[in-house]
Amino acid sequence: MVGIISYGAYIPIYRMSRELLAQVWGGTTGRGEKAVANFDEDTITMAVEACIDALGSMERQADGLYFASNTPPYREKQCASIIAAGLDFPVDGEFFTADFTNSLRAGTSALKAGTEAVKSGTAKRVVIATADCRLPAPNSGSEPLFGDGAAAIILGDTDVAVEIDGTYTIYSEFMDGWRKEKDTYLLTWEDRFIIEEGYEKHLPRAIKGLMTKHKLAKEDFSKFVLYAPDARRHAAMVKILGLDPKKIQEPLFDSVGHTGCALAPMMLIAALEEAKPGDKILLANYSDGADAFSLSVTENIEKMKDRRGIKRHLDSKLKLSNYGKYLLFRDLMVWEAERRPPDISSLASLWRERNQFLRFHGGKCRSCGTIQHPIQRVCAVCRTKDDYEEVRLSDKQGTVFSFAMDERAMVKDLPSISCVIDLEGGGRYVGVLTDREPGKVSVGMRVEMTLRNLHDGSGIHNYCWKPRPIRV
Amino acid sequence: MAESIKDKVAIVGMGCTQFGERWDVGIEDLVIEAAYEAYEDAGIGSNDIQAAWIGTMYNTTAAGTLASPLKLGSKPCTRVENACGTGQEALRNACYALIAKAFDLVLVIGAEKMKDVGFGGLATGPTTSGTEAWRPVYFYGVSAPTRYALAATSYFAKYSLTPEEGKKLLAKISVKSHHYGARNPKAHLRREITEEQVIKAPMISWPLGLFDCCGVTDGASAAILCRTEDAKNFRDDYVVFKGFGAASGPGMGKVLTDYDFTWWDETEGAVRQAYEQAGIKDPRKEIDLVELHDCFSIAELIATESLLLCEQGKYKEQMSDMDAYYLEGEMPVNISGGLKSFGHPIGASGCRETYENYKQIQGRAQEPSRQKKKWKTDQRLALAHNQGGHPGKFACNVTIIGLP
Repeated sequence: MVGIISYGAYIPIYRMSRELLAQVWGGTTGRGEKAVANFDEDTITMAVEACIDALGSMERQADGLYFASNTPPYREKQCASIIAAGLDFPVDGEFFTADFTNSLRAGTSALKAGTEAVKSGTAKRVVIATADCRLPAPNSGSEPLFGDGAAAIILGDTDVAVEIDGTYTIYSEFMDGWRKEKDTYLLTWEDRFIIEEGYEKHLPRAIKGLMTKHKLAKEDFSKFVLYAPDARRHAAMVKILGLDPKKIQEPLFDSVGHTGCALAPMMLIAALEEAKPGDKILLANYSDGADAFSLSVTENIEKMKDRRGIKRHLDSKLKLSNYGKYLLFRDLMVWEAERRPPDISSLASLWRERNQFLRFHGGKCRSCGTIQHPIQRVCAVCRTKDDYEEVRLSDKQGTVFSFAMDERAMVKDLPSISCVIDLEGGGRYVGVLTDREPGKVSVGMRVEMTLRNLHDGSGIHNYCWKPRPIRV
Repeated sequence: MAESIKDKVAIVGMGCTQFGERWDVGIEDLVIEAAYEAYEDAGIGSNDIQAAWIGTMYNTTAAGTLASPLKLGSKPCTRVENACGTGQEALRNACYALIAKAFDLVLVIGAEKMKDVGFGGLATGPTTSGTEAWRPVYFYGVSAPTRYALAATSYFAKYSLTPEEGKKLLAKISVKSHHYGARNPKAHLRREITEEQVIKAPMISWPLGLFDCCGVTDGASAAILCRTEDAKNFRDDYVVFKGFGAASGPGMGKVLTDYDFTWWDETEGAVRQAYEQAGIKDPRKEIDLVELHDCFSIAELIATESLLLCEQGKYKEQMSDMDAYYLEGEMPVNISGGLKSFGHPIGASGCRETYENYKQIQGRAQEPSRQKKKWKTDQRLALAHNQGGHPGKFACNVTIIGLP
């Protein structure tokens, strides 16, 4: 049996209401709110978050990791390998990493490729991570629509919670949205054309193909997870397909927004959160063709209930009530020149110290057992030299021992709150608190670790772990 | 067998520039200004100098910073660096050379040009990282005020002070510093401030506001040293070194969870060395003057405790009468105005503090109202203290001088 053995999701803590956008630009107010990545987040860090949610307490062992995004932080340089290292997957054995991009179908493409890999026996466990952080043009139709988010699906052949028992894929050269090399924002054609000839033609074709191929009828399914470009088209598709509205997965537009290639996988996870053993789910995604999946939920789904997933991430939020701050987060203006020198970095240094900063390992002294970060070659307690084992600290929670709130730091979200963190099980870390409300930080506050991009010095995304108040 | 340096080396002349934002002078001018005042004070000319030490952190062109502007000829010149303790480190190394009888008369300068960078605050980053190995991500974005603010938060928590109570306590320290800075013609910040001003000042790094932080300043200070037996050739009121302490911590405050940021281990380590050399048993009863490292108000509070001048955690109780730390109080601290009023040109501060102590001991303080009149002992012991790095990872220097 091949299928989903675990799943997870990630929604950034900040939400922007559509009312705010109407206040900024005028015009009518849309419904609800959308998720907006913090200034230190990108699709790599969001994918890591979703994978951590999916991995839970599982061993960090797999045969591959596929990353799907239309907004990878590097255009030339694989991102899946950075995610795999951030998650601390072993680097010494066989492990297949790949990036899937350039389509809103990239997430389901990776899901299909991973399914085929497990089915063929070349891999026993594959991690699918998908995230998008698409930048809408300010004051455009995309701005209220686009949201940021991530999903992770772990595929395997044992203890399967959701069997993938059928797939069907078509391709099409149909163009509806695109960005060329130097385009900052999405380009599209007249929406009536791209909806009528694109979305509304291709998605039903793939669904019909799936049903014919696997001898299924719509009555066989208890839930339909249907991609749509927006809420109105989602409702229209339900009618086109003649489906029972009670069987339709809610499409997240009012709470998260359109999260690009992560949207369909995030909707699937929202559906799985409600699923019972025996449920049959149809997943259909569109762009450059269409994918359809037939999924059967097993009794193992009951073991997935501790995931933060969609629901608990939705409940954990901070209001981004200031459009100026959003402009800062996304670097959307030409700013006053900074008089202080720019950030710089060193690839050699980052590489040399990758285990303690990207993988967030501490050293545990074999002689006295003290955990120390950064790794100390000579133990700070017993002075034993070069006799330590590396231990992962990224999955440890901690407590704020002391903190300061810097109002003059060169960061996009003042104050910059530096914290001394004492980690459970041992180890101390000094880092900048993220996803926080300054007035609520206190000595003794509980925190967890999250991978973030600290700065872009020397043209590099400089990833390291930050503490943040525990999300849920 | 190691011996105490007590009474072996004398200061026979000192100089100190005006401290401030010296837009019109460079590092060379600062060095000349300090050195020539010291020459004049010692009654010598530059030809009499046999060797020289310069303490500077940012102006790293080694002895060129000193030899070139002063035209010392082809003589041994050495640059030393120990972060904020740099000036004292230069004095300490020069003393050892004199005790070794390698030279008879030497020049020591601590100098720093800080204000050419074009922005407020301290320069940071890989080229100016001082005592710390620079890393692209670790400790990224943790500024100097933030590093000390972490200590303030921790101190408040440990001793059950609300942030309001803590800030009020720290404000008293800054008010005292400005009181004396206003009375010191060479200080950078020369106006009195009130507690209310300190508390209401713009926040720099909570809980530390603008008036909890010292200035960023240009300055230099110089000393002429010889062995004590030769001092009478230069002046009768020479001052001698009683003890040095230096301690570089392993930086475990960021690594080990038992470090709580409210006690400076390195300061305690360094001052115990100096007290032992000077034969000081009860510092609060024997030390007359203390110029300590008050880059931030919280630094003065914790250093006062760590220098063993009051009991650990008792600063608030023993300071309930702030007069104790004023000029004629039980334990005068930073009556020059401190780093708070002088600013902190990194390499200069250690020499500048010793300059203040030297002048006080001789009865020649700038501005007579600041001259100390009553002394605990005939030795007139005065202590200078600097610590570089940050809470959890310090390099500390202590220098005690007095009458022979």
